[in-house]
This record gives sequence, C-alpha cells and structure tokens, in this order.
Amino acid sequence: MGFLREAGDYVSLMIDTFKRPDKGRVFRRQLLIDFHALGVDSVGIVVFISLFTGGIIAMQMAYNIDNPLVPLYLVGYTTKQMMILEISPTIMSLILAGKVGSSIASEIGTMRVTEQIDALKVMGINPANYLILPKITAAMLFFPVLVIFSIAIGLTGGLLAVIITGSVTPTDFIDGLRAWWAPFDIFYALIKTVVFAFIIASVSGYKGYTVKGGSVEVGRASTKAVVASSILIIIFDLILTQMLLT
Amino acid sequence: MIEVKNISKSFGDQKVLDNISTKFEKGKTNLIIGQSGSGKTVLMKCCIGLFDVDEGEINFDTRCFSGLKEKDKKDTRKEMGVLFQGGALFDSFTVEENIMFPLNMFTRQSYEEKLQRVNDVLNHVNLENVNAKFPAELSGGMVKRVAIARAIAMNPMYLFCDEPNSGLDPKTAELIDELISELTHKFDMTTVINTHDMNSVLQIGQKIAFINKGELWWEGDKETILKTDNKELNEFVFSTELTRRIK
Repeated sequence: MGFLREAGDYVSLMIDTFKRPDKGRVFRRQLLIDFHALGVDSVGIVVFISLFTGGIIAMQMAYNIDNPLVPLYLVGYTTKQMMILEISPTIMSLILAGKVGSSIASEIGTMRVTEQIDALKVMGINPANYLILPKITAAMLFFPVLVIFSIAIGLTGGLLAVIITGSVTPTDFIDGLRAWWAPFDIFYALIKTVVFAFIIASVSGYKGYTVKGGSVEVGRASTKAVVASSILIIIFDLILTQMLLT
Repeated sequence: MIEVKNISKSFGDQKVLDNISTKFEKGKTNLIIGQSGSGKTVLMKCCIGLFDVDEGEINFDTRCFSGLKEKDKKDTRKEMGVLFQGGALFDSFTVEENIMFPLNMFTRQSYEEKLQRVNDVLNHVNLENVNAKFPAELSGGMVKRVAIARAIAMNPMYLFCDEPNSGLDPKTAELIDELISELTHKFDMTTVINTHDMNSVLQIGQKIAFINKGELWWEGDKETILKTDNKELNEFVFSTELTRRIK
C-alpha cells in the first residue's frame, strides 16, 4: 500500500511539474542555472571516470585475448562496444545519480523544511513546476552530451592504456574502434541516457519535495533519492535493452 | 477584511481547529495568540491556503477563498504577503533578487522600475546597502526585515506574519513589531500576526483572538485583555511573575 501511495504521489507531482511555466523568461534563466549545476559541474568527474574506465577495459580485454588465433583489433572493438552500450550510458548515469540526484534532493528538501516552497506557493507560483521542471529538462538535454563526451574520453583512455602498456599496437586498437560501426548503438545509448536522466531528476525532485521534518530527514531523502534512482536505472536498463536490442 | 466562518480542520483523528469564527479587520494588526499546539499556526495556514479546511469558509472581502480550486486561488494569492517564521528567503538569491522575485513573476516592469521598487521597500523596512548580500550574510533581524520587504513588494492587501519575533532579541523584536504596525496603517492592509509574544500583544494588539485547544476562546484588544476574567487566557497571558506584576 505504501508503495502504491508513493507512486500515486509521484505521478501527481509530475502532473504539477509538467505544466506551462508561469513565466518563460524565468524558466529559461532557471534552466541555464541547472545546465551549469547539473551538467557543466559534472564534466570533471565524467572525464576522470571515463578515462580510467576506458583504459581498464582495454587492459582487461588485452589480458583476456591472449590467443594467437584471435585478432588483436578485438581489444579496440570490445572496448568501444562496452563504452557505448553500457559503461557510458549506465555507469555514468549511476554516478550522476549519486552526484546530481543527492544534490537535487537536498536542495529541494532544504527549501521544503525552511518553508521556501510554502513561500513560492503563497506567492501564487507552482513550486513543482518552478523547481523541478528546469532540472528535469536540463538533465534530459545535457546528460546525452555528457555520455557522448564519456564515450570519446573512454576510448581515448583505452588507446592511451594500450600505448603505455604496449599490449596492443595503436593501429590494431584503432582498427577495432572502426570495425563493425553501428550508428544504432549510439542511438540506443542516447535513448537510455534520456530515460535515466528523467529518472534521476524526477525521483530526486520528488524525494526532496516530499520531505517532512528537519535536516536529518533532508539527509535521508537525499540517500533515498540515490538508492531509488539507482534501482530504477538498473531495472529500466534491462527493459530498454530487451526492447531495443532484441 | 478577512472573515473566518465556522472552520474546522483535522489531521487524521486529531481535531486541530473546531468551529472557529472570527474577523480580521482592515487597517488593523490582528493577532492570533495561543500556546504552542493550540492550532494558531494551522489557522493561519488555512487562511493563506496551505491547508484546506474540512468545514466552513474563509472569505477575503467578498471572495470565498477556501472554496476556490488551487488554480483559481492564484489571483487572491497575488494580493497576499506572507512573512514566514524563519523568513523563508531563497538562499541562492541575493536580497535584491529575493525582493524582485515576485515582481519578475507577476509584472512586466522594466529592470529599472523593479530596482526602484526594491529600493523603496528596503527603505520602508529601514535597510540600505544590502542589495547584493545573500540571506546567509544577514542577521536574524535583517532576515525578517528583508522578508517583510519581499512580502510588501507587490503592494498586498493582506499581510500574514507567522511568529515575526521568534528568535530575536527584545529590542529587535520590538522594532519588527513597530515596523509591521506602521506598514499596516500606512498601506491600510489587513494584517494577521501569529504570536505568543506578550510584548507584541500589549504593544500592537488592535484585535486579538485567543485560540485554546483548537477553539476560539476569547476575542478583544490590548486594553480589554488586561481586564478579562477569562481563566485560560489569564493563565496564558500572565504566566510569568513579571506579567502578573504588570497586571
């Protein structure tokens, strides 16, 4: 019953969220702020993790393909496929759920417990629309950019790793990157990312918006936002993979 | 004028407001007093539409506010200014942005006109050179003044203040009381103040409603409150040795 009530509350909040903004100019200003807070501020961690993950995958592939009958360009190919299909869209989204999700939940939760949301409401402003819609929009527009960035950086990391370790020649690795190129894979990665971005921003917004109590509850809401977003990302990863790749 | 007619409100099995009727008069400082947990905050939140009433109605002049759907309450809300207990200023905005916020949302004024209005209301609350400061950089009294400035930025007809003196030293509390009273008379607003501060009651209580156990127990003003023989009210108002001596 508790889950159903929460699902109903979430849907109700989303209905309030997806209404026409009170003032377009204010919405656009808020969107720019959220582009920066949720997207631009996440570039550093995306670069760091993608670079190292790409390198690690390439080294692991080189270690596993230790058979003279298997062509070495497969190291580059499998690194590319893993980065595009899973690491960049899913693992990056899980990391962003931690960074961005907790930030959204704690920001909105703090506004709730300090009566800032009540202040918006008594001014005649739709608080869900004003606070959550720009965050969802910013996440859905900017996370795909981060994922494309992550793929590029990850493959660069793989290339650097094979050059440094000498396990595969750069030519073999680059041949692998160019082999069996399927543009649909990128489309699949972007579709997943957009869905995950919606999950992260909306679930975290909901958890923050519905906080009751004080600072302890804000902390709990932040944790719940990350956990719930991560679980939903994994579930939807499975569903979308079944729908799009089979 | 705001008229509260036979309103009741429950949370689950607990009845918090029980058949309350009163009038908050225009151009006066109307005080709601009562012990913690008496229901005065719930009464105010019903008045500003943060809670829906279970029974009864709340009328703003000729309009039945409590009977309106959420989207139809918007017009009346634009005529309200609310001072929340903690100020409820937006942390990420400067003082200027906080006060300009309702003007940005609901007017088509140019930036210069809005800035002029911001400086006017800051002047009304006796603050200057704070436009670029963030709420975290202000003292408790300054936060309340900025919150009052934001509340009056749209020239409201109705001003609601929830415990405006809480957390302030006696001198600053008195200044805030004087400021609210002065603004009420200057702009002829219907002001409703939620308080349990006896200094406020005796200083600015032009109309006082005493709420006890969710019921309206007594109504009067700062003169009659000193002479009342209502037992519960006397126990509340004159609960300290100092106030008993004053009486």
